[in-house]
Amino acid sequence: MGQILEFTPLLIEGAWMTIKLTVVSAILALVISFVVGLSRLSRSRSVRVLATIYLEFFRGTSALVQMFFMFYVLPLLGLTLSPFTAGVIACGFNLGSYGSEVVRGAVQSVGKGQHEASTALNYTVYQRYRYVLIPQAVPMMIPPFGNLLIELMKLTAVTSLITIADLTFVAQIIRAQTAMTLEPFLLILVIYFLIASVLVGFTDFIARSIARKRHITLAGVRRS
Amino acid sequence: MNWSWTVAADVLPLLLGGLVVTVEATIMGAAVAYVLGLFLAIMKRSQNRPLALTVYWMSEFIRRTPLLVQLYFLFYVLPDLGLFLSPLAAGVIGLGLHFSTYTSEVFRAGIDNVPKGQWEASRSLNYNPWQTWRYVILPQAIPPMIPPLANYLITMFKETPLLAAITVIELFNAANIYSNSYYKYLEPMTLVGLLFLLVSIPAAYLAMRLERKYTVRR
Repeated sequence: MGQILEFTPLLIEGAWMTIKLTVVSAILALVISFVVGLSRLSRSRSVRVLATIYLEFFRGTSALVQMFFMFYVLPLLGLTLSPFTAGVIACGFNLGSYGSEVVRGAVQSVGKGQHEASTALNYTVYQRYRYVLIPQAVPMMIPPFGNLLIELMKLTAVTSLITIADLTFVAQIIRAQTAMTLEPFLLILVIYFLIASVLVGFTDFIARSIARKRHITLAGVRRS
Repeated sequence: MNWSWTVAADVLPLLLGGLVVTVEATIMGAAVAYVLGLFLAIMKRSQNRPLALTVYWMSEFIRRTPLLVQLYFLFYVLPDLGLFLSPLAAGVIGLGLHFSTYTSEVFRAGIDNVPKGQWEASRSLNYNPWQTWRYVILPQAIPPMIPPLANYLITMFKETPLLAAITVIELFNAANIYSNSYYKYLEPMTLVGLLFLLVSIPAAYLAMRLERKYTVRR
């Protein structure tokens, strides 16, 4: 077990890479969730069709296949991405498709009277979404977004297969150099668990502070 | 870089062979996930607090860590401890174990959602536990579980390419091996993507139909 301490700097670098991948792809996924989710509610048929194609494509295929496609096939078509960019795009686009369904579902579940009220107040479409529908939909999105964030963090482990030096990659290096198996893998499992638990705490905190600010109770907030 | 139909025709039989392995792994993994998930759900509901808490945190641990690392763990660590598994067996166990923590939540919610009055009614009818579960609880608990369990089947199908990392030659790995030996990436990878869509879109459609059929409105 002492031998593994020599690899502490490498493990810290790996953990940092995992965190960076998670944060950057989470931001990308969040943006995509809103763009695609709201596009699915658009009045324009072509926008809706495009958003649905995106959704079915990224939700219907495997994340690993998407990643390999971006890393190995896109360069052949003249678009070369660095491993980090390919990893972030694959993770972000993949989880963005799941997130868009969360956004669509939450916005749709805001009561019909709210739509009618904004029409009665002569709000534009932008005003209706910005001031009426989205603010009421956001609290409902937090718990499912929290679950997706964990899925995203776990997905970053797959980027080790396109040569990104994240935690999983570092564990493989340690295994190759020392022939230890139990220690590196058990250790990174614990680190992944800790990162995930921080993320769970973070979403719980956001859910609670929104609930407190707006004096509402949220369905599905994790029991802690 | 142009699409070559010769390469596509060349690789397609290999891919279809891989697809068979993918489907096998999915079905066996799902069987493990469903059976184990049911046991986990029952243990999480146990009156025995230490048992319930241990099972809860064990499944949280599995749920919050990546499947890929769990597969490596099964594949590299168990042989060192004297337990030799074939790659496919390790993959099926990993897949089943990982998703059992998800299915157990489905089972738990399904059982919890049966109204309390139903338990009381069975007691007042003097039903024994077997009769209570068989004739009262399960017939009400199972239908709403079917759509989410079907969705997890589709999710597991899409996770099987990870088995390539532990040398299982399933759909994705079949393409990858071909790509690496002939240096052709465009056709194999595109076909893999299409084959996934070919299975998962109809499957998602069926799952949606199931959802309409079994959603209980109270």
